[in-house]
Amino acid sequence: MRAVALGFGPTAPANEPHGGPTTFISSAVLLGSSHDVLEIVSDQVLASDEEFFMSHTRITRRSALALGVSVGLAGLSIAASAADITLLNVSYDPTREFYQDYNAAFAKHWKTVGGDNVTIKQSHGGSGKQARAVIDGLEADVVTLALAGDVDQLHKNGGLIPADWSKRNADNSAPYTSTIVFLVRKGNPKGIKDWSDLAKDGVDVVTPNPKTSGGARWNYLAAWGYALKQDGGNDEKAKDLVTRIYKNTKVLDSGARGALTTFTERAIGDVLISWENEAYLAANELGADKFEIVTPSVSILAEPSVSIVDKVVDKRGTRKVAEEYLKYLYSDEGQDLAGKHHYRPRDAKAAEKYKAQFSDVKLFTIDDVFGGWAKATDIHFKEGGIFDQIYTSRS
Amino acid sequence: MADQALAHDRRQASLSKFERHFATRDGALVRGLVIATGVSFFLLFIVLPLIAVFVEAFRRGAGVYFAAIMDADALSAMRLTLLAAAIAVPLNLVFGLAASWAIAKFEFRGKSLLLTLIDLPFSVSPVVAGLIYVLVFGAQGWFGTWLIDHDIKIIFAVPGIVLATIFVTFPFVARELIPLMQAQGRDEEEAAITLGASGLQTFWRVTLPNVKWALLYGVSLCNARAMGEFGAVSVVSGHIRGETNTMPLHVEILYNEYQFAAAFAVASLLAMLALVTLAIKTYIEWRASRQLSPETT
Repeated sequence: MRAVALGFGPTAPANEPHGGPTTFISSAVLLGSSHDVLEIVSDQVLASDEEFFMSHTRITRRSALALGVSVGLAGLSIAASAADITLLNVSYDPTREFYQDYNAAFAKHWKTVGGDNVTIKQSHGGSGKQARAVIDGLEADVVTLALAGDVDQLHKNGGLIPADWSKRNADNSAPYTSTIVFLVRKGNPKGIKDWSDLAKDGVDVVTPNPKTSGGARWNYLAAWGYALKQDGGNDEKAKDLVTRIYKNTKVLDSGARGALTTFTERAIGDVLISWENEAYLAANELGADKFEIVTPSVSILAEPSVSIVDKVVDKRGTRKVAEEYLKYLYSDEGQDLAGKHHYRPRDAKAAEKYKAQFSDVKLFTIDDVFGGWAKATDIHFKEGGIFDQIYTSRS
Repeated sequence: MADQALAHDRRQASLSKFERHFATRDGALVRGLVIATGVSFFLLFIVLPLIAVFVEAFRRGAGVYFAAIMDADALSAMRLTLLAAAIAVPLNLVFGLAASWAIAKFEFRGKSLLLTLIDLPFSVSPVVAGLIYVLVFGAQGWFGTWLIDHDIKIIFAVPGIVLATIFVTFPFVARELIPLMQAQGRDEEEAAITLGASGLQTFWRVTLPNVKWALLYGVSLCNARAMGEFGAVSVVSGHIRGETNTMPLHVEILYNEYQFAAAFAVASLLAMLALVTLAIKTYIEWRASRQLSPETT
């Protein structure tokens, strides 16, 4: 009511030009600068009644300033990336620390051979989820995922890489390996020694969901393979053991890092089935006085696979540097860094150097026991596969 | 004695009839219990976590704190968060104002449909909101091939993050304004037009001044959500450090890397943002109530 009385008295100008300000507003908004919009608002109202809108103007000026500053900052960020080449490495959860070191080493190496500055950006998450993101358009120059099965997806969906991608680098394109071990609480109160102990009554097991996590698939297959390797072991006994292990599992996180946080931070469970390097990381970072690593008698040789993404590197013109990025993983320096971060190096020299930190464990490969990833996925992890059967029937 | 009785009378007199009625006069025990429950709930679930954020942030000292927030990846996360908010908030301000003006002041076909659509981002899970954009703009999505051919990146790049932010903050301004505008009715606008004002004059001098406090309130809420959004942005981000990580995503990454002090340092910035929003909101409410009460006019 006030506004009407004040703004539209008989002396108020009846036909101000309004076309100007409105066009202004739309263009200012498109530019993302709310400064102009608010200024116009305040000027308009000020023109009609100074006193009444003084307070209003004060506020708009102030918030306009704040917004103006934020827009300015945002502008700066876009201009700030000055590197000559950037690569994007899309990887899985536990490799963060390793690739941080490796990226620095590779940048130095590339400068000595190629002369260009290279900056490597990283993205991490559950292996399956990351593969999905690359298929959906995340522009990864290279992928370094938890298992060959996930890299295969890049060929099957969208044809981002050729079918024979694993032949392009040595050792099935897996420059370092790892295995699956147990992380238990200090003193090992439940006396866990081997896979069969995980199936005992009263043991709470933490492992991620094999549907989304690469690590979890290795966990599952390692337990299965262990049962097969026992005297008189067969598929039926293996299924029984794995079923009982998942009966003891209360939480299925979506990725290895989430499962580790559940076990260490939320203090849930007696034993975490974990990547070997992830277990060492937890023991080192979170205090050796809290956790112990138990190595089972038999486990699986986990081969995390790497590949360049052909469609992306050809489009971005980064094929040469991307290929070298993967090749350099096999170099002395790359292998040494892998060992330092508790991956098992392929190279004999680095393997010897870091031998002491890995306990002896009989390792079997997925090819030997399951006939490769494609077959294992088909039988165990696809919709209605054995994992679905045992997980839905567990209660 | 007489003084005491007088004081008691005065206290009674200062209460309204409603407050003096026996139906609103509970015993001391009941009142104490209700207040204690409320206060302890508030302390336990609101104040304690807020304090915890700051305590954890400074656990390793101010040096670690400032190193964490001056880190290049953290700074880029802040810039991206500010950029997303700086684009999403003005757009939603204009949209919210236009939509609520149309809805509150006019009758038209499809009005309730429009109202429902405005609420859609509130009822849709943020994850689904993110996936919608992946399905539409992703490499396997509807426009995927066309976008790749024209070298336009939306998903896993800044535009996708801005789109997701706009989507989840869409209803805030409109939802704040519609009830107020409906309650105000259009009498004043009708009066203005009768007195010879043009449509734009009416809008600038009647409609807008009447809702300016609610508008600013809506904008501050919209801004807080834009900067704090996690779910939808997480789906379309691609989590490239130093490029497509917003502040909430950066907090999660730091936490997952066992950098707890750094994670809480960045989280404390978000908490401070929430506190500033709260302060602005309180100020706005105070201004609004002052303007409504008669003695300040």
